[in-house]
Amino acid sequence: MSQSAADPRHLRTPPKRQLRLSWADERIRAIVWQVLIVGAVVGIVWWLVRNTQHNLEVRRIATGFGFLQREAGLPIGEHLIEYTPASTYLRALTVGVLNTLKVAVIGIVLATVLGTVIGIARLSKNWLLAKVSAVYVEVIRDVPLLLQLLFWYTILQGLPAPRQALNPVAGVFLSNRGLRLPFLDWEAGHSWALLAFVAGCFATWFYARTMRRRRMQDGQPRPIWPAALGFLIGLPVVAWWLGGAPTGVEWPALRGFNFQGGMTISPEYFALLIGLTTYTAGFIAEIVRAGILAVSQGQWEAAQALGLRPGTVLRQVVLPQALRVIVPPMTSQYLNLTKNSSLAVAIGYQDIVSIANTTLNQTGQAIEGIAIIMLVYLTISLSISLFMNWYNSRIALVER
Amino acid sequence: MKKQPLRLAMLGTIGAVAMTALGVLPAAAQAPAAGGASILDAIKARGTLVCGVNTGLAGFAQPDSQGVWRGFDVEYCRAIAAAIFNDANKVRYVPTTAQSRFTALQSGEIDLLARNTTWTLSRDTSLGLDFTGVNFYDGQGFMVKTSTGVKTAKELEGATICVQPGTTTEQNLTDWARANNVRFTPVVIERLEELVSAYAAGRCDAYTTDVSGLAATRSSQPTPAEHTILPDVISKEPLGPLVRHGDQRFADLLRWTHFALVAAEELGITQANVAQMAANDARPEVQRMLGKNGGLGQMLGVPNEWVVNVLRATGNYGEIFARHLQPIGIQRGPNALWTTPGGQQYAMPFR
Amino acid sequence: MSDIPLNTSVAGVPEAAAPRQPPALTTGPAAWLRANLFSSWLNTAMTLVLAYFIVRYAISFVDWAFVNAIWSVPNNQTAACRALKTSPNPGACWAVITEKHRFILFGTYPYEEHWRPAVVCVLFTALYVVSAMRRFWRWELAVVWAVTLVAIGILMWGGVFGLSYVPQERWGGLPITLILATFGLAFAFPLAILVALGRRSSMPAIRVLCIAYVELIRGVPLISLLFMASVMFPLFLPEGINIDKLLRAQVAVILFAGAYLAEVVRGGLQALPKGQYEAAEALGLSYWQKTGFIILPQALRLVIPPLVNTFIGFFKDTSLVLIIGIFDLLTAGKTAVVEPAWQGFGVEVYIAISVIYFVYCFAMSRYSQNLEAELNRHRVR
Repeated sequence: MSQSAADPRHLRTPPKRQLRLSWADERIRAIVWQVLIVGAVVGIVWWLVRNTQHNLEVRRIATGFGFLQREAGLPIGEHLIEYTPASTYLRALTVGVLNTLKVAVIGIVLATVLGTVIGIARLSKNWLLAKVSAVYVEVIRDVPLLLQLLFWYTILQGLPAPRQALNPVAGVFLSNRGLRLPFLDWEAGHSWALLAFVAGCFATWFYARTMRRRRMQDGQPRPIWPAALGFLIGLPVVAWWLGGAPTGVEWPALRGFNFQGGMTISPEYFALLIGLTTYTAGFIAEIVRAGILAVSQGQWEAAQALGLRPGTVLRQVVLPQALRVIVPPMTSQYLNLTKNSSLAVAIGYQDIVSIANTTLNQTGQAIEGIAIIMLVYLTISLSISLFMNWYNSRIALVER
Repeated sequence: MKKQPLRLAMLGTIGAVAMTALGVLPAAAQAPAAGGASILDAIKARGTLVCGVNTGLAGFAQPDSQGVWRGFDVEYCRAIAAAIFNDANKVRYVPTTAQSRFTALQSGEIDLLARNTTWTLSRDTSLGLDFTGVNFYDGQGFMVKTSTGVKTAKELEGATICVQPGTTTEQNLTDWARANNVRFTPVVIERLEELVSAYAAGRCDAYTTDVSGLAATRSSQPTPAEHTILPDVISKEPLGPLVRHGDQRFADLLRWTHFALVAAEELGITQANVAQMAANDARPEVQRMLGKNGGLGQMLGVPNEWVVNVLRATGNYGEIFARHLQPIGIQRGPNALWTTPGGQQYAMPFR
Repeated sequence: MSDIPLNTSVAGVPEAAAPRQPPALTTGPAAWLRANLFSSWLNTAMTLVLAYFIVRYAISFVDWAFVNAIWSVPNNQTAACRALKTSPNPGACWAVITEKHRFILFGTYPYEEHWRPAVVCVLFTALYVVSAMRRFWRWELAVVWAVTLVAIGILMWGGVFGLSYVPQERWGGLPITLILATFGLAFAFPLAILVALGRRSSMPAIRVLCIAYVELIRGVPLISLLFMASVMFPLFLPEGINIDKLLRAQVAVILFAGAYLAEVVRGGLQALPKGQYEAAEALGLSYWQKTGFIILPQALRLVIPPLVNTFIGFFKDTSLVLIIGIFDLLTAGKTAVVEPAWQGFGVEVYIAISVIYFVYCFAMSRYSQNLEAELNRHRVR
């Protein structure tokens, strides 16, 4: 890995030397140490596994993942895919994973935007704005997230009941049952349009890359936006039209106890999203501020001496250097946000931890339940880490 | 100055070593025997009973403002301690969550679990546990705001229902909904306090849990009349203390302590008059129960006057009920003595 | 509030390039107001909008928290508090804190012995303060730590010097939070240094082990580790051996903190210029000499501020132990409002607990900022 390359001992190639069977030989020492430590770790793990097997036998606790195919019988309020209590545990857990991803992905995007805005506001020339941002950062960062989530949930519960729902725009209802919005009557045409949009994003990216490479060769500036407009808007519209141009819209209406139809954003999801976003934004703001401050003043001054405009200085000189400081801690914040979403259980949003927890409580299979939670988070975390490490190595300073 | 962070590191290491010594020694010293060995003997040797209770459930187990555990389940822990040691205070209370309760019992961290746990077949068999009796008959019901005008549970079609996850309550709800073709939106919150406040704030149309819990919640609301408990009871919830497999004698002691509390109520023996009854009452069963003859205590492995000790510490079943559950609005109902109509609390003969 | 030198240093830069205005007012409060609040049309608008919201919310908060509040009620009679909640001028019911404050702070610890955990909290706080002062960064501090930690153990457990024995199950409240956080750091820090060095080691097996440990722990939420400690850990041990719950949670916190601190330390190791490593090698120092005398002193100096921030992070994270039923500060607060008479006053309790957490975390965070500023003084012009 990159660590070994950074180690000075790997930079100079040592002369080939015969391996001496002596403690004075560095390589022999290394081998002995490694064998000892790896042996100890393997031994401890083996001991733990043996104890566990014995205990499971004595306590007659069932093992294995057979329960995944059994009927779950647990109710889930929010599901992105079809789910009923008659579905299997496997499907219930899948619903949980999707719910976790739903809050994590949107939370990461919002927290990055909010955090960057507040980080820059802390450096503002407006005294009041800078102070308000500073107070925000201090208060948010110094109170446990769990308390903040409970606070937001209490606030959202203070909204009026469905019959007295706030109705700011026709079709939009805000009550203590959440936010109800009109939504498209989903048909195949919409799916095609969505697919076309994703394809358009990729096409735009490739186009921009090619154009930049050409510009590097001949110095001619080429505008990207006409093609981007075509890819991002034209393509989906054409796909939608070819798919039959469906225009049906489902409007929410009050029926029985609650609103029916349309799309819902539940108070639990909303509270979790606000809590995670504002909390993580407090940390991101500090990272952004530190990143900008870390760029030495000489860089600002030198860039200005070259006659660059302030916007250009920020974009071309300061930001690329600040990003080098910002990206690694930002990765941790993204990971933290994802993992903190597990606190959802306290305010009743059914994420993977909540559902796996119920599962292990109903089936009694603690090891399998916790293994599933860990596996899911490891997969998500490693994906984020790999992506951010790749991005980090792209922007890292090339030294010697 | 440049070496100072290194010194900090050293300080950390030294502190860590000091703490290992502090932390590990008592932990190792108090390793109780799990599994096959006699649990009762281990408790006697240790000098205290370790009792698993709820982390906080009004009326059943909760610490008061001075940090003393009080409640219906707690009285059972005290009763067992009184039976063994003639001292109801020789109990250590370990708060357990819905997840950790069975593991704590299986691993020997606690001697018995007195924590509103429903007796089901799978828990009795596949978890390696033994239920020793039913000290509280409960059933699951619904509570709604009176203003909704709902009269029976079947009218809850399309409603949002608040329920605690990971319990038999949640499964009963889905079973009932499927059997009666009622569609509902669940709101599941783990902490009881949060769940109740969500219901009170109007997040849900109905709140479902054991009827005892509903009554307690209703009585703690600012205006109880605004809430109605629906007549439907959708499940059986027999709650009782449990132990792990391995020591039948200890299970017997738990079982008979419960019977003693019930029988004392039946025979009119109370906390106040137990000493006098032991001395003067000539009824043969009272004589046997209070240890005047028969040697029943020795058969259980405790002193013969164990029932006197228990009653002096906690009072009989009716007194415990009146002390902890009636103030929060729970009526005797099925937990009345079998001699009253509808009552199910029945003690086996002391002979 | 903070960072005056830092603020001016950056805010001053773009201004330097702007054409100079003739000075109208250069000194006095009016000039300050003009420069900092009303320098442009946009700034003025922003100032006014912010000021409006601050004043409006501050007034209603003061009304709720102080003007309309009830401070105590006799014998758990909370009717007055409940009436206040629904009245048009709502107020806080601080009576719940008056009644329950000792339970929230010390949990189920024997009531008449509460002075012991109180002294423990003071000792912990004093320990933090002393360790934070650079003047006391010397070898004797190690002795102070050892003595204080032993004293804390004696006070909490008792059983000697005429103190009655208090089993661990009865501990609760703030001391638990402080114990979990402090011992978490004390154990995790040396572990973190070893792992960080191991991760940069030239021995592949050790490197792989360290990477696996760090990534595994950092990849999962603390909740799942605590679950493991509470539900799975008893299965790992041989039959008949039983480790108490607090210690299990403590191990989970240490493993968790160790992985995060290791990454912080590694950041410091990476930030050192290569010349330092090469120069140390050129002097012929052994690996441990090089690490102990050259690399670590410089690397750790670089990472003290992020270290303190990580510590703040897991000081707050200890609140998650409520999931496995350990009576820390937050759990004690939540349990305090289970009693029917006091149900529904969670907000007041949450605010009180937030204030305690805030005081500790804010103090540490200011300390880390000051230290950062001090360490970076040579860079600021």
